[in-house]
Amino acid sequence: MSNRIDVSDLDVYYGDFLAVQGVNMTIEARQATALIGPSGCGKSTFLRTLNRMHEVIPGARVQGKALMDGQDLYGADVDPVTVRRLVGMVFQRPNPFPTMSIADNVLAGVRLNNRRMSKGDQQDLVEQSLRGANLWNEVKDRLARPGSSLSGGQQQRLCIARAIAVKPQVLLMDEPCSALDPISTLAIEDLIAELKSQYTIVIVTHNMQQAARVSDRTGFFNIAGTGKPGRLIEMDDTSTMFSSPREQATEDYISGRFG
Amino acid sequence: MAVTTTPPPRGAAPRPSSDAGDTAGAAARAASTGRLAGRVFGALSTGAGVLILVTLAAVAVFLVLRAWPALTASREELEAISWFNGGSVAEYVGPLIFGTLLASLLALLLAVPVSIGIALFISHYAPRRLAQGLGYLIDLLAAIPSVVYGLWGALWLIGRLDPVFAWLSSNLGFIPLFADYQAPAKNIMSASVVLAVMILPIITAVSREVFLQTPRLHEEASLALGATRWEMVRQAVLPFGRSGVISASMLGLGRALGETMAVLMVISPGFLFSFFLLKPGQQQTIAANIASKFPEASGLSVSALIATGLALFVITFVVNFAARWVIARRAEFSGAN
Repeated sequence: MSNRIDVSDLDVYYGDFLAVQGVNMTIEARQATALIGPSGCGKSTFLRTLNRMHEVIPGARVQGKALMDGQDLYGADVDPVTVRRLVGMVFQRPNPFPTMSIADNVLAGVRLNNRRMSKGDQQDLVEQSLRGANLWNEVKDRLARPGSSLSGGQQQRLCIARAIAVKPQVLLMDEPCSALDPISTLAIEDLIAELKSQYTIVIVTHNMQQAARVSDRTGFFNIAGTGKPGRLIEMDDTSTMFSSPREQATEDYISGRFG
Repeated sequence: MAVTTTPPPRGAAPRPSSDAGDTAGAAARAASTGRLAGRVFGALSTGAGVLILVTLAAVAVFLVLRAWPALTASREELEAISWFNGGSVAEYVGPLIFGTLLASLLALLLAVPVSIGIALFISHYAPRRLAQGLGYLIDLLAAIPSVVYGLWGALWLIGRLDPVFAWLSSNLGFIPLFADYQAPAKNIMSASVVLAVMILPIITAVSREVFLQTPRLHEEASLALGATRWEMVRQAVLPFGRSGVISASMLGLGRALGETMAVLMVISPGFLFSFFLLKPGQQQTIAANIASKFPEASGLSVSALIATGLALFVITFVVNFAARWVIARRAEFSGAN
């Protein structure tokens, strides 16, 4: 089961600074949605508001609404910890826990929920998650080795395995391939294509070809100038966005005229 | 005490090419002075490294040479020293080693949990301004001379500990550790409490630094999995800081092992292998013993005291190597790679 997210009139502030303004967006369930745009346009900031990870930064806050299947992510009685268990995240740089083995990394999120699991269930979950992240065959003989012993691309897939092990509804990816070589990037892109049958995926990327390859829908963020807030300029089906966008700014960006 | 030859930090060596002048000649001159500066710096840092080794070796040689007469003296000669217990240096130093280790380990047991708590509070819980003030305060504790701690312990703390110990002894006295308390509280437990306060700042300061260095990436990884703040600390911060906390504890232990004045002023000494923590006249530490005996020692008795000093030297060495071994054993999982 995965969920659709409706965002309406969302503003993001860092202290008094308005970083992102007036985002209205519908993120469809079981699709990959790509967010593109030049650096500093607020697309990563916006992504973080979908699992309330922006709250980690002091002074960051939002106004507006973000509903997941009708449930307000910012409701007064909603714990950010609960939101993050439903909305997983993969970061720009692979960040497996260096003090844990590969298997323990996969189980890290499940252990947080304080659920008691039998050894057998744990092994099953590790295998299932690593298979889900297309990593099982590469690491099955060395599950007790540290996660940091893997290559960058493998580490990023380990992070994806860790994220899907808690069975989230939505998976957010913040430029997941920007620190990886082309072959590892391809492996992640293939994985995204498989994962979207089970999860709602939102991916921020600087690479427009990547957005075109992996996503069903694309949103374009832009910024009018330094110090001005980022805005969602246009959002449509990926094929439409890359062939006949409505806005001139979108056309300029995807054709490489700026950014 | 730890002997490591660290390479000079990156960026410390001058980069000759970056600030070369306009002309080729200026560039060459800059490059050559750069090379010279590099060589000088290299020689200086190597020299500093060697100097540490030489100093350490000199201390060891001094201790062995001066302890030698006592180590080889006959039983009669040793027994002629008025305060000497036992028939050989080994028999004499045994209870002292025991007392030193007991006092230091007790202090460590008291100080480490508190230090980790304070360090975590400063690094991850307190609002920034409060954290800063608290940090300064902790550092200030480290600057207080140990004789002041000794006075504080002997004149103030002992009186305050008295009811606590009396309660412990009457309610938990069936455990031998707490049996037979006698006022005033001039026992090893009081000494350990004073030692714990003394080593608290160093352990806290080092732990705090280590906790603050936890990569943001790992903290966010944990939070994004749905960790609460405490779970994040347990999952990302503590494992990352583990070897640092061990190092910090060993620094504290080293300080506690060698601490003289505070123990001397608080404890009522004895020369027994005794686990009675609340009973006076049971144990004594090496450093405090040397300080109390040295003023009236001469000849062979000085030699005997230096022999106990040699034992302390060896203990601190062993402690440091043990700590290093603990850290190295899990280096692969430390996050340093």
